[in-house]
Parts: sequence; structure tokens; C-alpha cells
Amino acid sequence: MKKFTKLFAVVLSTAMVVASFAGCGSAKGGDTWKIGGIGPTTGGAAVYGIAVQNGADLAIKEINEKGGINGHKIEYNFQDDELDNEKSVNAYNALKDWGMNVLVGSVTSGCCIAVAAESVNDNMFQITPSGSAPDCIANKNVFQVCFNDPNQGIGAASYIGSNNVASKVAVIYDSSDVYSSGIYQKFAQEAANQPFDIVSAEAFTADSKTDFSVQLQKAADAGAELVFLPIYYTEASLILTQAASAGYSFKFFGCDGLDGILGVENFDTSLAEGVMLLTPFAADAADEKTQHFVKAYEEAYGDTPNQFAADAYDAVYIIKAAIEKANIEPSASVSEIGDALEKAMTEITVDGLTGEAMNWDANGAVNKAPKAMEIKDGNYALIQ
Amino acid sequence: MSFITYLINGISLGSVYAIIALGYTMVYGIAKMLNFAHGDVIMIGCYTVFTIVSTLNLPTWLGMIVSIVLCTVLGITIEAVAYRPLRQASSSLAVLITAIGVSYLLQNVALLIFGANTKSFTSVVNISALKLGKDGALTITGETIVTISACIIIMIALTMFVNKTKAGQAMLAVSEDKGAAQLMGINVNATISLTFAIGSALAAIAGMLLCSSYPALTPYTGSMPGIKAFVAAVFGGIGSIPGAFIGGIILGIIEILSKAYISSQLSDAIVFLVLIVVLVVKPTGILGRKIQEKV
Repeated sequence: MKKFTKLFAVVLSTAMVVASFAGCGSAKGGDTWKIGGIGPTTGGAAVYGIAVQNGADLAIKEINEKGGINGHKIEYNFQDDELDNEKSVNAYNALKDWGMNVLVGSVTSGCCIAVAAESVNDNMFQITPSGSAPDCIANKNVFQVCFNDPNQGIGAASYIGSNNVASKVAVIYDSSDVYSSGIYQKFAQEAANQPFDIVSAEAFTADSKTDFSVQLQKAADAGAELVFLPIYYTEASLILTQAASAGYSFKFFGCDGLDGILGVENFDTSLAEGVMLLTPFAADAADEKTQHFVKAYEEAYGDTPNQFAADAYDAVYIIKAAIEKANIEPSASVSEIGDALEKAMTEITVDGLTGEAMNWDANGAVNKAPKAMEIKDGNYALIQ
Repeated sequence: MSFITYLINGISLGSVYAIIALGYTMVYGIAKMLNFAHGDVIMIGCYTVFTIVSTLNLPTWLGMIVSIVLCTVLGITIEAVAYRPLRQASSSLAVLITAIGVSYLLQNVALLIFGANTKSFTSVVNISALKLGKDGALTITGETIVTISACIIIMIALTMFVNKTKAGQAMLAVSEDKGAAQLMGINVNATISLTFAIGSALAAIAGMLLCSSYPALTPYTGSMPGIKAFVAAVFGGIGSIPGAFIGGIILGIIEILSKAYISSQLSDAIVFLVLIVVLVVKPTGILGRKIQEKV
């Protein structure tokens, strides 16, 4: 019994020491801005995570070379979440222990919502480059760089309608995913005001996302000319392969989730020829800002940047603009920084790669215009 | 015409389930254990073919042979290392938990070696689609033809093997009564190893067919089809070879038809609902036999 009491005392005192250290870490920041990032650098959406990691890294290096934000350098730490909500929250806690002031992430909607539920308790300023579900920004401390899903759905419907891309449209969406079903709902609503008809709308779920023969057959039976795919590229690559092997010749149209389809290892990119997608960034755009970014990114990471890299690059510059507007120091507490930046976000206007004159409302949604692209000769090309 | 297309797609999907279910049902019938790592052996088989054919650019037939051999060796090794020491354990739960452990081990090893990025599997089937009716109203892909024929051939071969060969008879004897089989001079451990070898070789074949039809390969590719095939095995009567075949085909057809005519969202719910109904009405599955537990 005595032995047990001793052991208990040791455990208890260790716990107290650890707790006191932990308290130290989170209360006050240091002399540098510590920007944390969370996203899937492995897993089914790795293309997004790696792009965000590199895009933010590039912006941070540029800012540090020019002397940092208000004279304070930036430190950067990016954590992998493997597209798993729980791992994303674990990554958030790890970054908090590291002393993060500001968070860029999470990259995907589901993970972002999970992390936002935690970050609101700390009032951590969070900006997601690409988490597009409306629930991502349900809390006052979270802001988006990308469009939110309703806007993508409306944008896609009005693009198809106003450019007469097709008159009969089929939809295949993932009903178990907030991103996909969010876009679909708004797309269906907006389609009522447009000169095309949705002739079939079929769902799949996370547990049945290998066989798409039924969904494609129904689209064909309904006489669809175009299939709208508000889904991620892994499933889209399967749909394209199955459509080709069954001999269907639809036109495919997607949102930013299709960005990355050309990067699937061993995928026959000729199947994606002619696929159209709405996305806010085109690497072949002619403006000086985009060309500078694409060149620097290719030199640093040996890959052409996609819109996720551009979103992340913009996210860091948005943080910089907000900090300069709020004129706050990194030594302030996480919550003080959060309050100051949340206020500054509604007052700033940023010209970025993914949109001119981007501005935010108090809910955290961004205001900018989309661009349409088409896959041509194995590359994303801007539709003029 | 579209009903026939749905039916053929259902039979094709069901054939893949059936081949996987054969692995489950044989192992259960003989070793009385659920090998939950079976689905992940499929995935390892797919990665082997992918590495040889797409990364090393060697011929497809070589990839298929190496994959079957590797999976067979893997199956025997898993049995010898993880399951055999526990066969005498007092609780059958121990083996079940070990099987789940092996499943996670294989997934994470694949994650470590190949990374989690989706890889697009190049089809091992080199037959062009069959077009019937006017303007090809009924299109049957080469993968579908090969999958269905492979399933039927495997099913017949396996039934002949079990009923006509000495090793097959030994399997039947071990499944009836391990102790008595041993007394009759049957090497029980060797028979169980043989069962795992056949089951894993079938897993390799099922994997190739699965990924040829649905070419997205990740470390988790085997887990959902593995679970569905397990359902198919229970559905048909676990332990019965024709039962696994029938269970697999019916499951595939129900899945596709409920997607087509009821709801594409609810197809999985309907599949599992049918399973519950079948088990309530006939607890041993369609072709299962009621085995008297001896005290």
C-alpha cells in the first residue's frame, strides 16, 4: 500500500509539472509569427495537401526574405491529417503545443469543420485555403480563401446555362460528403432558373464508391449530354474510366474537386480530355502575378501549381495584410490575435492569385469571381 | 435493355464478391475462424501487379503469376505466424482479434511502402467490349466477361478439387472433426496451410479482377469488398463452397438493382437489410448446414 502511495505521488507530481509547462506554451507567443498548417499530404487527397503545404511555404519564404510581417519573421509547421477528421484535430493540438499563433487549414471541408470546433475554444485565427463547405466558417474565427460550396454550385449552373454547354445534364454526387452534396443542392436549385434540365441525379456513398455503372447507365438512358461531377478526383478518375470502357461519350463538368485528376499515378490522362472545371486559378494565365508565382513554384518544388497551391499562397498574404491592418504583435496571446485579425479581415481588400479585390464578410465567406477551365492535351487550359 | 445491362453488371460485381467469399468460406469451413485479413491480402496482390506491370514495365502475365505466388506465400505465413499458435487458445475470440490485427498491419505496411495516393490500376484484361443489339445498346466490357467466366471456372475447379482429390477429402475430414481426422492419419496443420494457400491465391485473382473493373488502388481497396464478400459468405451459408458462389452473385445483383430501381444512396442499407432478413428466416444462410455441437 505504501509503495502504491509513493508511486501515486510521483505520477501526480509529474502530471502537475507537465501541466504547468503546457500552460506556459499556450498563453503567450514569442518574437516570431508561428503559422501552422494542416492538410492531407498522404491519402486520397494528398494532391491538395502537398499543394497547400508548398504554396504557403513559398509565400512565407518570400515574406521572410523581405523582412517578415512588421519586422517579425514567420516560422512554419505543416502537419499531415491523411484526410481524417480525428487526425486533423490531433494535428491541431500538436501545433498548439508548438506555439502556433495563426492556422492555415484544414485543407478539406470535413477536417476543417472538425478543427474549427476546437479552434473556436481558443479563438485561434484560422483561414482555410480550400475548405469550401459553409460549415467550415460557422465559427467567427474561421475565414475562407476559396469559394464556398453554394457559390460553386450556383456558379457551375449559371456557367452551363449562359454558355449553352448542354441542355440535358446528369449529376453524380457523393451523398456522404458535405462538399459534394452541398454543391449539388445549390446546383439543383439554380438549375431551375437556367435553360437546361437535370435529367438524372444519382448519388453514391463512401462505402459504395467503386461501381458507377448504374449511375452512368441512368445518365445515358435519360439522354444526358453532360455529366456534372461535384466530387473529388479519385472517384472522378473511376467514373471517367468506367464511362470510357462502357462506351459512353458524355461531356464532364466539375468544380475545384476535380483539380488534381491529372496527377493520379498511372491514370490515362487522355480519358480526361475535354473535361471542364470551374476553378479560381489557372497556371497558364498571362498576368504577371500568376506567371511569377508559377515560375517560383516550379523552381522550388518541380511541379506546376494547382489552385490549392494558389489558395494557400493567397492565404499567407491575406494573413499578412490582416496583421498589418490590425497592427498586432506576435507576443500577444492567441485569443487577442484572434480578436484583432477577425476584425481586420472585414476591413481589408486583397489582390491575390485566385481573385482580384477579394474581400470578406463577417461570416468569413470570400467575395470573388470564378474562372472556367478545360483539360486540353493533358493540361488545364483557361477557357477564354 | 437497361435491365439486362444492370443484371450483367450485378453478376460481374457479384462474381468478384463470390471469388473473395470463397476464400472466407473455405478458411471458416476448415479452420473455424474468420480471416478478416483476407480483404487486405487482395490489396497486397493488386499492389504486386501494379508494381510489376506499371512501375517496372514487365509483362502482365508475369505480374499475375508473381502476385498469385506472393499472396499464397503471404497467406501461409500469416497462418503459421499469427493464427497457428492461437489455434489451441481457450477462446476463439483471440484468433478473431488477431485477424483484425493482421488486417491493420497489412494496410499500414502498404501505406508505408506505397503511400496513400490513389494509383490507377492498368486492367489485366485485354479483351475489347462486346456490343450487342442495334448501335451497341447492350455493351458488355471485357472485364465483365473475364470476371464472370473466371468465377465459374474457379467454382467448378474448387468443387472438383474438394470432392475428387485426396487433399480435398482431407479438407472435408478436417472440417467435420479435427480430432478424428488426425487419428485417421491426416496432417491437420498441413491441410489448414493448404486451405490458406488456396484462399490467398483466390484473393490475388479476385484482386486483379476487382481492380481491373474498378481501377483506383489505395491501401484500403480491399477492406470494403472484403466486408461485402464476408456478408456474401454468411448469406450463402458460411463454410459452403456453392453457398459462397450463390451468396456473392445474389449480393452483387441486389446491390446493383437496388441502386438502379430504388435509390443509389440506400443500396448498402438494402443489401444489409436483406442479410438480416435471410439470417432471421434461415440462420445458417441459404445453403448452410446446421452442425450439431458435440458436448
